[in-house]
Amino acid sequence: MTTQLETPRRTRPSARRARPSLGKVLAWTALIGFVLVTLFPFYWMLRTALSNGAALATDPGSLAPVDFTWGAFERVLGIATTGEAQAEGGSGASLDFWGYLLNSVIVATSITLGQVFFGALAAYAFARLQWPGRNGVFFLFLLALMVPPIFTQLPNFLLMRDLGLVNTYAGIILPFFFMTPFAIFFLRQFFLGISSEIEEAARLDGASNLRIFFRIILPMSTGPLATLAILQYIQAWNEYFWPLLVGSDNSVRVLTVALGVFRSQTPQGAPDWAGLMAAALLAALPILILFVIFSRKIVNSIGFSGIK
Amino acid sequence: MATVLLPEATPSTPAQPTASARSNRRRATRRQTWTALAFIAPSLLGFVVFYFWPTLRGIYLSFTDFDVFTDPVWVGLDNYTRLFGDETFWNSARVTVQYVLINITLQTILALALAVLIHRVTQSTFLRSVVVAPYLVANVVVALVWFWMLDYQIGIVNQGIEWLGGNAIAFFGDESWAIPTIALVNTWRHVGYTALLIFAGLQMIPKEVYEAARTEGANEWKMFWKITVPLLRPVLALVLVITMIGSFQVFDTVAVTTSGGPADATRVVQYYIFDLAFQRLDFGYASAVSVMLLLVLAVIAFIQLRLTRANESDLN
Repeated sequence: MTTQLETPRRTRPSARRARPSLGKVLAWTALIGFVLVTLFPFYWMLRTALSNGAALATDPGSLAPVDFTWGAFERVLGIATTGEAQAEGGSGASLDFWGYLLNSVIVATSITLGQVFFGALAAYAFARLQWPGRNGVFFLFLLALMVPPIFTQLPNFLLMRDLGLVNTYAGIILPFFFMTPFAIFFLRQFFLGISSEIEEAARLDGASNLRIFFRIILPMSTGPLATLAILQYIQAWNEYFWPLLVGSDNSVRVLTVALGVFRSQTPQGAPDWAGLMAAALLAALPILILFVIFSRKIVNSIGFSGIK
Repeated sequence: MATVLLPEATPSTPAQPTASARSNRRRATRRQTWTALAFIAPSLLGFVVFYFWPTLRGIYLSFTDFDVFTDPVWVGLDNYTRLFGDETFWNSARVTVQYVLINITLQTILALALAVLIHRVTQSTFLRSVVVAPYLVANVVVALVWFWMLDYQIGIVNQGIEWLGGNAIAFFGDESWAIPTIALVNTWRHVGYTALLIFAGLQMIPKEVYEAARTEGANEWKMFWKITVPLLRPVLALVLVITMIGSFQVFDTVAVTTSGGPADATRVVQYYIFDLAFQRLDFGYASAVSVMLLLVLAVIAFIQLRLTRANESDLN
């Protein structure tokens, strides 16, 4: 995948616009290739979800949906009867999509609210307040970023079991609720960049630290706070391992876990691909919508802190 | 989503406080300490309960025999000696390293190419949004889509291979194909995101450097090797470490597609830990294996800290 961007030396710059160079053409071809490979699986999800599951094998190479039907979506959403579902290749296994969707929304929203609020408080204390032990605690939080989730999640599972929180919303939410190192670093970085003169002025006017934080700092930071909230929401929505451990019960099952279960329920020999793709697409849809609305924010938030 | 996303560099660091501000600050320090403690309390609680304590407990459990239902029994180093003779563990370590090597090599080369293309051809936000889209979709969804597309019988990829005259490949069913396949699937998910990380690094290279090189007659190929690669090296090193730490923790894709099979060919370390703890209820031994994983990742993290020491100035 080496793409040469040969741009031959030019003596007449005006020629550049008139005829695209070979390098430009190659570069654009490569870019379009990347985009196609990126987008094709999304299209294929849609194409399969709109196909009749029972007829998929008759024309597996067709680029258009095979025997177009909304049936797959209907059986995932529980609108289709068992008979209808089985006629189109469904297993007849029920999928409480709306219930799982609600669970995902409850879990992701709670986690996001907690992380952004508590993260902002902590980030402000690290960025703007003077207190003994600040660097030590910050270093500890940095270390927390290095510990792989699997390592803490086994003991965390035991803790949740001891607290009787397995298969409750609290059990799924709590470990992420109070602190995630990333949220703190993200906001700290932004708070460090705010000019301290504003705070000093407010302080001279007798404003308390609390007042400065809620009345000056937070309103100034709505942009980064929103970006962080979106990023954390997506992350919480996509989380699989932890909710699989503590939230496998039907009543609190989130969409990712439900998809895994749905997949293992479909018969090994003839999986209900149309149903699976419809479910996968629906599970990803909220995030895709969020992304379409906030793509600029999300894309621009990906970068580095402090690398020179 | 295992890799770390870091915020964009803020344009300015706070100005040094003036002398009067400094004395003000000293007076306010005591009051600030109480406020700070109140501000930090929830995070500290979360840290102690869900990061610090479980880390200690995990290390403790690795020295015990623990089936979850009865109290853990101290067994000293038994779990670790068992680990050295455990062929399944060594197999999982091999499989994981193989996965990481394929995943990271491919992903980094493709991401670098993509980042340079975006940087030199078009910086359109739309294009950047498109390539990062797979990263925002859950692993489970990505795994399912590719499991379907790579299906042996009627998957579109095998349809294409047969149409071109080749033989269908059992991507997830063949022992030698399974790990490269999972590595490729996750490469698809991460390449755009990695490219944007590298792109952020590229944007820090001053434009004048390229302009100067061009007036001296350098072509793009030459500029890539003489300017981009050397100036990008620290960023690339950091990207490698971040993506590698994430890569070592591969689980979701395996759990949804192969469940460790065929014949342990995709039983990666994290899946093995999961299997030991929750299927065989051997929590003590599972903890010992995760201590090993922690150690490996600590070594990588240590290298990361060494590489990024130069910008720890924020930590004053």
